[in-house]
Amino acid sequence: MSANGHKSAAVQLDDVAFSYGEATFRFDAAFPAGAITAVMGPSGSGKSTLLNLVAGFEAPQSGRVLIDGVDVSKAPPAARPVSMVFQENNLFSHLSVERNVGLGRSPSLKLTADDRAAISAALERTGLAGKQKRLPRELSGGERQRVALARVLVRDRPVLLLDEPFASLGPALRADMLDLVADLHGEKGMTVLFVTHQPQDAERIADHVVFLEDGAIAATGPARDFFAGTGPEAFQRYIGTQDGRSRDVARKPT
Amino acid sequence: MHSFRRNDSRITLGVLALAFIATLIGGALVGLLAAGAGDLSGAVSAFDPYLLRVARFTLWQAALSTLLSVLPALFVARALSRHPRFFGRTLILQLFAVPLALPALVAALGVLALYGRAGYFAGILSSATGSDWPGIYGLSGILVAHVFFNLPLATRLFLEALQAVPTDQWRLASQLGMGPAATFRLIEGPALRQALPGIAGLVFMLCITSFTIVLTLGGGPAASTLEVAIYQALRFDFDPARAVALTALQIALTAVVVTLLARLGADMTGESSLSVAPRRYTTPSVAGTAFDAALIVAALAFVAGPMLATVAAGLQADLARLVGEASVQKAALTSILLAFVSAVLAAVLSLALAMARRALALARRNGPRSMLEFFTDTGAGFVLVVPPIVIGAGWFLALRHLGSVFGAAPVMVAAVNAVMAMPFAIRAVRPAYDAASERHERLAAQLGIAGWNRFRLIDWPVLRRPLATAFAFAMALSLGDLGVIALFGSDSMQTLPYLLLARMGSYRTADAAGLALILGLVCLLLVFAADRLGKERTA
Repeated sequence: MSANGHKSAAVQLDDVAFSYGEATFRFDAAFPAGAITAVMGPSGSGKSTLLNLVAGFEAPQSGRVLIDGVDVSKAPPAARPVSMVFQENNLFSHLSVERNVGLGRSPSLKLTADDRAAISAALERTGLAGKQKRLPRELSGGERQRVALARVLVRDRPVLLLDEPFASLGPALRADMLDLVADLHGEKGMTVLFVTHQPQDAERIADHVVFLEDGAIAATGPARDFFAGTGPEAFQRYIGTQDGRSRDVARKPT
Repeated sequence: MHSFRRNDSRITLGVLALAFIATLIGGALVGLLAAGAGDLSGAVSAFDPYLLRVARFTLWQAALSTLLSVLPALFVARALSRHPRFFGRTLILQLFAVPLALPALVAALGVLALYGRAGYFAGILSSATGSDWPGIYGLSGILVAHVFFNLPLATRLFLEALQAVPTDQWRLASQLGMGPAATFRLIEGPALRQALPGIAGLVFMLCITSFTIVLTLGGGPAASTLEVAIYQALRFDFDPARAVALTALQIALTAVVVTLLARLGADMTGESSLSVAPRRYTTPSVAGTAFDAALIVAALAFVAGPMLATVAAGLQADLARLVGEASVQKAALTSILLAFVSAVLAAVLSLALAMARRALALARRNGPRSMLEFFTDTGAGFVLVVPPIVIGAGWFLALRHLGSVFGAAPVMVAAVNAVMAMPFAIRAVRPAYDAASERHERLAAQLGIAGWNRFRLIDWPVLRRPLATAFAFAMALSLGDLGVIALFGSDSMQTLPYLLLARMGSYRTADAAGLALILGLVCLLLVFAADRLGKERTA
């Protein structure tokens, strides 16, 4: 899958158990290296929890998190070969675009000439050229997420986790951002886990789908199967395709 | 939401801060216990009629002060809340915040300048009573000064309670045609009643631990409280046994009051910011308006009087000569240095505790709060229970065996004032830190930004302002303080309040008034700066 020889790493959750208050989760899944996998499911089904376990923001109560075959269950977030883009708060609001991206290279912001070149290139690549000195509040919502993606580029980790990063953007902008992710994936070939509520987003860029229900994985498979209407029944119910879209139209008051 | 179990340097810092506070308070208690054990029979026999009389007076003046502050405050607050828009209302409320910022010593001088034997009202009061006005020393002086401090405080707190009533209730009241009596019975009364125990408890606590006012206005053994008696036992009679007995009683008393207060749900650090006044939908009658106006004017006159007297008396002093005096300059420099160190320490302590609390809260997620987290959280406020005089007394007794008591003065003054200002500093720092952490915690963990890098790049830019607020407030508190310095001060180690007290004692009233004006202005400026910095805080 790796597009042009870049490193990529498989992500595996080996019988991972986790609980938070009343909710309990049990994940056993493998995400193929170098592919984009959409993680879908109803609210509270554990999508974000799954990503947090991979990123190291949560620790499994039992089971193992493996990345590229290495057990990272005990590793702190920064030590894992993972970058994550959140829905919001991806940037430090008092630091310029350039410095926010620079933090992906050095957590003390001591940057070499190479680092600076990489930062410029990443900003160029994500369409932010000329905005180096801006503060996050001077950017649009889409631009802010572009900065986060630029940081992903300079960090250059083999796994990318996207936790609904474009959920608050309008449809056209969201499509642009998805295309940018797909392009970056094409260049870098990283393993992408992508949480989304929007079937059309998953359909647009995902190779695989993992469908969660009640804190466990209910179904997995190639994206084309899921969206061809031949996917698992629970998934069909979730996106409402069985008689869904036509029913909505029929219900509209005249 | 997410767990960070790894060793967090923030927790280490919090533990260090707690250790510092514990050493300061624990050392004092050890000093007291050692002195008490050394002279057990002396300490026991110190529980004599004099001590009981002092204890009774302490409670009595506090109860009267509370009654005289809280009862009028109820009605002043109601008057202010019934008229949410009138010319000068904001100014009055700002003026009511001033006593909070004013050093007690300055207020005491203001009261004397107005009602003292040679005060501005002495002439009127002499002709009114038909005899020479003896001045306002003793219980009456203490009460006037306590009401000056606490009436505005209680008024603001009651007003806050009234303004917290949802606007819809006022709309409903006007729609249902409720008159003033019904409104009071059904809406204002319940809101005030709910706030009453907490506010009365807070005022009672402040009056029971009041030192400076009783020292300067009490005027003798007939009107002495436990704290002043501790000071006298150590500084004048040098009777450690009696000091130990008095301190034990004071600690027991405050412990009881604070336990009761905690039951009543009072907030020990009393917030002073007011929300926007909601609109009222009824027009009060002419008589009602006149009554409210009279109340507000009376309260205003009572609060503004001593402030104006401080300014007037201060301006009569030869300020140019005062400022030029070597002893004044030295005391001012000492004050500023000590207050600066104390304020830095208070800001550092509050930051360390806020960081540790947040780190511990994140680590435990939904689990039960650990003892350590409790101490970095609510526990930190408990230092207010231990009066500075008690800490000072304990160390005073401990240090007299170890060498020069007065040599330790700078350390004691700076450390105790820092710890006393810390709960207020936390109020400024913690919300800002928690909000910043809420946004940045996962990102910092992901990017591996920790320790010094995190403080330098992530936390400092966000916390600069709240830390400055905490610093300015702590500095004002420390500058105006006459607690520990009263015990530890000497001719070679004087702060401005100490010098002011000395000038009062040698009847150089004009000098004292001039110094009070300078001190009061500096403290006010600092507190307003703290307020400004706090309000302009950007998220």
